Amino acid sequence: MVVKPGSELLPTARPIQLIDENGDRATRPRSGGHTLPPADALLAAYRALVVGRRFDQQASSLVKQGRLAVYPSSHGQEASEVGAVLALRPTDWLFPTYRDSVALVTRGIDPVEVLTLLRGDWHCGYDPAAHRTAPQCTPLATQAPHAVGVGYAARAKGEDTVVLAFLGDGATSEGDFHEALNFAAVFRAPVVFFVQNNQYAISVPLDRQTAAPSLAHKAVGYGVPGVGVDGNDVAAVLAVVGRAAERARAGEGPTLIEAHTYRIEAHTNADDATRYRADGEVAAWLRRDPVERLTAHLRRTGALDDAGIAAVADEAERHAADLRDRLPAQTPPDPAELFAHVYAAPTPQLREQAARLAAEEN
Amino acid sequence: MTALSMAQAINTALADALDEDDRVVVFGEDVGALGGVFRVTEGLTARFGESRCFDTPLAESGIVGMAVGMAMNGLRPVVEMQFDAFAYPAFEQIAGHVAKMRNRTRGAITLPMVIRIPYAGGIGGVEHHCDSSEAYYAHTPGLTVAAPATAADAYSMLREAVELPDPVIFLEPKRLYWSRQEVAPRARTRPFGEAAVRRAGRDATLIAYGPSVPVALEAAEAAAAEGRDLEVVDLRTIVPFDDATVTASVMKTGRAVVVAEAQGFAGVASEIAARVGERCFHALEAPVRRVTGLDIPYPPPKLEHHHLPNVDRVLDAVAALQWEDA
Ligand SMILES: Cc1ncc(C[n+]2csc(CCOP(=O)(O)OP(=O)(O)O)c2C)c(N)n1
Ligand SMILES: [Mg+2]
Repeated sequence: MVVKPGSELLPTARPIQLIDENGDRATRPRSGGHTLPPADALLAAYRALVVGRRFDQQASSLVKQGRLAVYPSSHGQEASEVGAVLALRPTDWLFPTYRDSVALVTRGIDPVEVLTLLRGDWHCGYDPAAHRTAPQCTPLATQAPHAVGVGYAARAKGEDTVVLAFLGDGATSEGDFHEALNFAAVFRAPVVFFVQNNQYAISVPLDRQTAAPSLAHKAVGYGVPGVGVDGNDVAAVLAVVGRAAERARAGEGPTLIEAHTYRIEAHTNADDATRYRADGEVAAWLRRDPVERLTAHLRRTGALDDAGIAAVADEAERHAADLRDRLPAQTPPDPAELFAHVYAAPTPQLREQAARLAAEEN
Repeated sequence: MTALSMAQAINTALADALDEDDRVVVFGEDVGALGGVFRVTEGLTARFGESRCFDTPLAESGIVGMAVGMAMNGLRPVVEMQFDAFAYPAFEQIAGHVAKMRNRTRGAITLPMVIRIPYAGGIGGVEHHCDSSEAYYAHTPGLTVAAPATAADAYSMLREAVELPDPVIFLEPKRLYWSRQEVAPRARTRPFGEAAVRRAGRDATLIAYGPSVPVALEAAEAAAAEGRDLEVVDLRTIVPFDDATVTASVMKTGRAVVVAEAQGFAGVASEIAARVGERCFHALEAPVRRVTGLDIPYPPPKLEHHHLPNVDRVLDAVAALQWEDA
């Protein structure tokens, strides 16, 4: 019995980076042999970053105005949210969490529909089949095995669909995360496990989550390649997710990606982050801001000028205004719907309860 | 005496238990520096140290499973599941081991441990944050299931839960966390398994527990204004179930309505109605009625008021109890 070395599955010593904090191009070994995406891809990412960030700010102020029940911000994580989505084809599937509203907006889902859950109108506001995007998942890591199943079924049908599952650092401690990795590896399912390590699970820092050298290292135990990437560098995220998706599409199986990033805001508006982390830490991460970094890079290469920046800012502003305008006009959910979607055909008991509720309403 | 919120009363119970018994350890997700998402464990790590109150990796099955081992080996773990629906990853441990260890080992190994679960709805929470999961636990022999409705009971019952030789599922109604009551220091109310008559009355009995007790009391006040004198029984523990108090009340009043927020089908309310029917048949003037949540997945925040039992629904059920004057 020969034990396979497996060293080729290990992540690089430092997370892969293509554009550094100052907007300069990173080179080997930091780039891990990845090439910088072309200028048009970076400009598309820039647009999505700015629109995504503006959406995130808008959602945060809607919460303050009492127009959303709750909002988990991904401020600081936009490069991960955007890069992961733009590296895929529209026909690929996403399995997002509550944190990933910016990813959904990037995918082209109507922001009003994205906020249905957090507005308290229904559990999912968009059509998951139409957008190939599962409902945002709250019970941590439980969506990961679903991603494997969707990938398995796609292959069974002869499709070359790739499935990307978003996860948090905390979620990697749940059993379902490990079961999903193992299933994906054993069945060579076309899945990209994309972990946004934003350093915290609510108040619990990463060192209470794992004693592993990194989260990407967890992959090797399942025979899966683990890749660490600078999650604030959208170019690197695009490249790394792109390669993982190619592997998956070619039938070479799953990849585990750990995107190193940071949650700038509290866990949600209901959380008080001052209880468990120092302001200095946040300030240090603000200096690694994903949007400023790409802006600096694109300016330096001449791909973006003041007019280009203003045009994208205007567009982001228009989207935010449109969201503000349309949100109040949403019709409140109909109580009759409470009974409509429990079974294909409502049980006799549900029909009785629906009639009783309708009578109460009159 | 000081007025404590239920959350503060539970916090005090945990602190007193940690203080009086070195074997007690508190752990879970965000229970350390943060003090729990509902601040129930606030200050415990600062006061008792990291070895007595600590955060774990994010894994409910791991939390409960480790607690089983700790309880097997001399400690008295009190663990927190962050929300009702996030206890499900631990269900295998709870149903397969926590509930059965005494039985499997013919009493050689017992599990003195408490699983605290902030539970049920009424706080505008999004999906998975509002489940009434008591029936899963109550249906599992070997589990003691407690659901306090007052701050004083929350203190007393949690102290007792920690001291009990058997595992306890301790359901904390989220929406009552902020309700206040005078609680005397270290005061015990009454033992597990004894229901409390919260309001004496002659005409009918309302039977409730946990989050539904205030609804029942409010309904009884409203009924009094209409000339009906309702008794309100607060079960306090679902397991053990106090047949004696419930039966005595219904034998006296001859009418009963069970109020429970959980979906009604195959739920705890059904068990209560069946027991009353069996025991009080000859004294009953009308069939026992249930006012429960609808048989649907917990609704989104904007629709939850349609789901939850309210005073009107309780009064309607009372009105349907075949009154001679009606
Ligand atoms: C099974 C489960 N347990 C507990 C929770 C409560 N909870 C919601 S978010 C969260 C922290 C998650 O941290 P992480 O996975 O790092 O994701 P992040 O919120 O940082 O994006 C916890 C404990 C949950 N949603 N699901
Ligand atoms: Mg995290």
